[in-house]
Amino acid sequence: MPDFDLTPLRAALADLAPQGRTALLPALHAAQSLYGYLPEPVAAEVGRALGVPLADIHGVIDFYSMFYREPAGNTILRVCADPACALRGADSILNAMCRRAKVMPGDTSFDGRYTIERTTCLGLCNAAPAVNITQYDPATQTSGDISFARVAPDALDDLFAARGRGADDFVGGDLNLITVLCGRGRAATLEEYETVGGMQAAKRALRKMTPQQVIDEVKQSGLVGMGGAAFPTGVKWEGAAKAPGGPKYFVVNADESEPGTFKDRVLMEGDPCRIIEGAIVGAYAIGASKIYFYIRGEYPTATERVQSAIDELRAAGYLGKNILGSGFDLDIEVRRGAGAYICGEETALFESIEGKRGLPRVKPPFPVTHGLFGKPTAINNVETLSKVPYIITHGAAAFRRYGTEKSAGPKLFCVSGDVARPGVYEVPFGITIRHLLDDLAGGVEGGKLQTILFGGAAGAFATEKDLDVRLTFEDLRAAGLPLGSGVVMVFNETRDMRDMLLRLTKFFAHESCGKCYPCQLGTQRQMEIIERVREGKMLPGDSERLTDVGWTMTDASLCGLGQTAASAVLSAMKVWPELFGKKKSEVRSRKSEGKGGKKVVAKKQKR
Amino acid sequence: MADVTLTIDGKAVSVPAGTTILKAAQGIGEHVPTICFHEHCTANALCRVCVVEVEGARVLSPACVAQVSEGMKVQTRSERVQRSRRTILEMLDSAVDLSEAESIQPMLKEYAADGERFADGARRDHPLLDDNPMYIRDYAKCVLCWRCVQVCADDAQYTYAINFGKRGFETSIATFFDKPMPATTCVFCGQCVGVCPTGALKPKREWLLQEGATPDEIMQATRAERRRKRKA
Repeated sequence: MPDFDLTPLRAALADLAPQGRTALLPALHAAQSLYGYLPEPVAAEVGRALGVPLADIHGVIDFYSMFYREPAGNTILRVCADPACALRGADSILNAMCRRAKVMPGDTSFDGRYTIERTTCLGLCNAAPAVNITQYDPATQTSGDISFARVAPDALDDLFAARGRGADDFVGGDLNLITVLCGRGRAATLEEYETVGGMQAAKRALRKMTPQQVIDEVKQSGLVGMGGAAFPTGVKWEGAAKAPGGPKYFVVNADESEPGTFKDRVLMEGDPCRIIEGAIVGAYAIGASKIYFYIRGEYPTATERVQSAIDELRAAGYLGKNILGSGFDLDIEVRRGAGAYICGEETALFESIEGKRGLPRVKPPFPVTHGLFGKPTAINNVETLSKVPYIITHGAAAFRRYGTEKSAGPKLFCVSGDVARPGVYEVPFGITIRHLLDDLAGGVEGGKLQTILFGGAAGAFATEKDLDVRLTFEDLRAAGLPLGSGVVMVFNETRDMRDMLLRLTKFFAHESCGKCYPCQLGTQRQMEIIERVREGKMLPGDSERLTDVGWTMTDASLCGLGQTAASAVLSAMKVWPELFGKKKSEVRSRKSEGKGGKKVVAKKQKR
Repeated sequence: MADVTLTIDGKAVSVPAGTTILKAAQGIGEHVPTICFHEHCTANALCRVCVVEVEGARVLSPACVAQVSEGMKVQTRSERVQRSRRTILEMLDSAVDLSEAESIQPMLKEYAADGERFADGARRDHPLLDDNPMYIRDYAKCVLCWRCVQVCADDAQYTYAINFGKRGFETSIATFFDKPMPATTCVFCGQCVGVCPTGALKPKREWLLQEGATPDEIMQATRAERRRKRKA
């Protein structure tokens, strides 16, 4: 084993060590940035400095896919393998890259320069295909991350030199209550945010309202969580505010990783102050003096911009001691994830902040009483918090002018796939799918509509007949479609949905944490069966196996990941029973008889 | 504490508040199967074979940790419950060598789990690890119940010699950089061996006997290794 000079590591750990185990992920990020990976002596030094058992260090490194125990290439290129990128040719880019570097996906080139990996959704579905790159410079012992969008197959030279372009997000819709400063290719400054009424809510809340008044206003607004679970935000805050014990914590969940979801990234990259203002108001409401802002590891630009916004807000007196002269102290710390979808599950996210493997906890107890570090905690999604300033500044009634009784206010949808204008759309709850798809996003591209995946990998498929369903919680529920995190992924009639299903099931198999049996075993078995479905080599009884595995995961899994890991497959079995019951040849021949309407199985894409 | 009244499979039962459904069911002679649960370990509700159907709940509830509440209606063998238990057992049987899992074998029978149903799926085949004089680790038999990791840590010994490797289906029990046990903080207390339900952890002598070694050979093997360990 080569010798490692641990001097720079010890210097880097000096600041983190007093925090103990909670600083484990920051320490591992810092160490990997110095050495390019986490060799044994480096991992052992991190353990010693933070007082974490070495076996636990191993467990944590192994859990997060962006940490490496083996030498990785100086340039790590991660190509998204999920549906939206696949539709735009991500596979051919991956293959071209592998040929160039002479490696197989997942391997490091012989000269140690490149590691090329398939990765899960990078949140750039609107600008697919996407590649995330980590570049390590052994000479200076520094490392940096960047994501590139709209990667063209002829841009390999640029990619290998870590050059490319960002997302240039399109933000559209019928409203701009929360996205007014988004989609401009840069983050709005605090000053710009203030010119559109920004920070008025923080001032109003802290100077003129009691925490209970803030909670009441949010409750009256009908605001619910936008991460997928739709829990009433005001009720959550009230629970944390009333919970005995302390200190209390406020957590921003920016671990957006659901395939097809990129709204939170667009908000963080465009208007980070708005999110932080929402969190300041929330922290005040529950009586927390510390906010953790947890951003997924694959979002380097968002992380940078949120951090700059925090610096700006702190300098302007919106964070720190006695903010706005209210006597209220509030600090905020940004935490980076390291490649684990499960950390978007709130209790897994707490574990991650605590320096552990991101494994969901058994609920109850719930976070409002037993959250981060076992203390009362409110945790909210980025989009949810972006709506809070409007509610506090203009009042719950103004917020309720938009949307329906049960689905109040504006909503962001992430439109991607085969549409003319993929992007984030801010609309009032209650418009139809057709309006979003045709009028706003420019309609289906490359053929007729085959299907829309709603709610992400954990979602369900809509078809032509659903286009007039209104986008509200109540209407979608009646139509059997989940709103989830606002994913609207469009597939035209030429797409092979079996290939898309395989990608979704691979996603869950890769992202299952492995804690509970139904999901640990079920995501693997589900993927294996869908592999046979895609190859047209189903075994007798596979359809029943899929149903049993699916319902067992749904009914018996410990957390939301397992409980929704079969959602898309079970939905597909309803929408296209022929894909699961008959052999490929039979389906093909039915189509060639000119059955009309939707084509289910089209020519396989060139892979 | 005040008593709570609920019904389990139609039978009314009163138990102190805070009782788990598992204990309440056991109290009236209803058998709820468990794999990961152990009286002396923190319950993590991860094997999910103890799930039961609670009226009004969206998903099934793990009986080992779910507490009773007033008026609760519990079904311990509804169709949903049976399907989940059977499928979990079938999937487990297809991934792990359960041949020495004495507590799980009767469950496979009771739930008519078809061991061949997922036979073509990936198995967790791990080579047997024989790296110390006290016990062997045969992780092809490991069901990831977590008991060994827990007794090695805060549930008993505070030794922290083992944790996990990888995640998802590929999760395994692991030491720091996969070092052999004598190179870890292991104190060879044997508690992990004691709580292992599947024979994945086994006293070295028991294993050598099974392998057909004579008592003399066993003494020879373990003594020599112990001496080596002392020197190291």
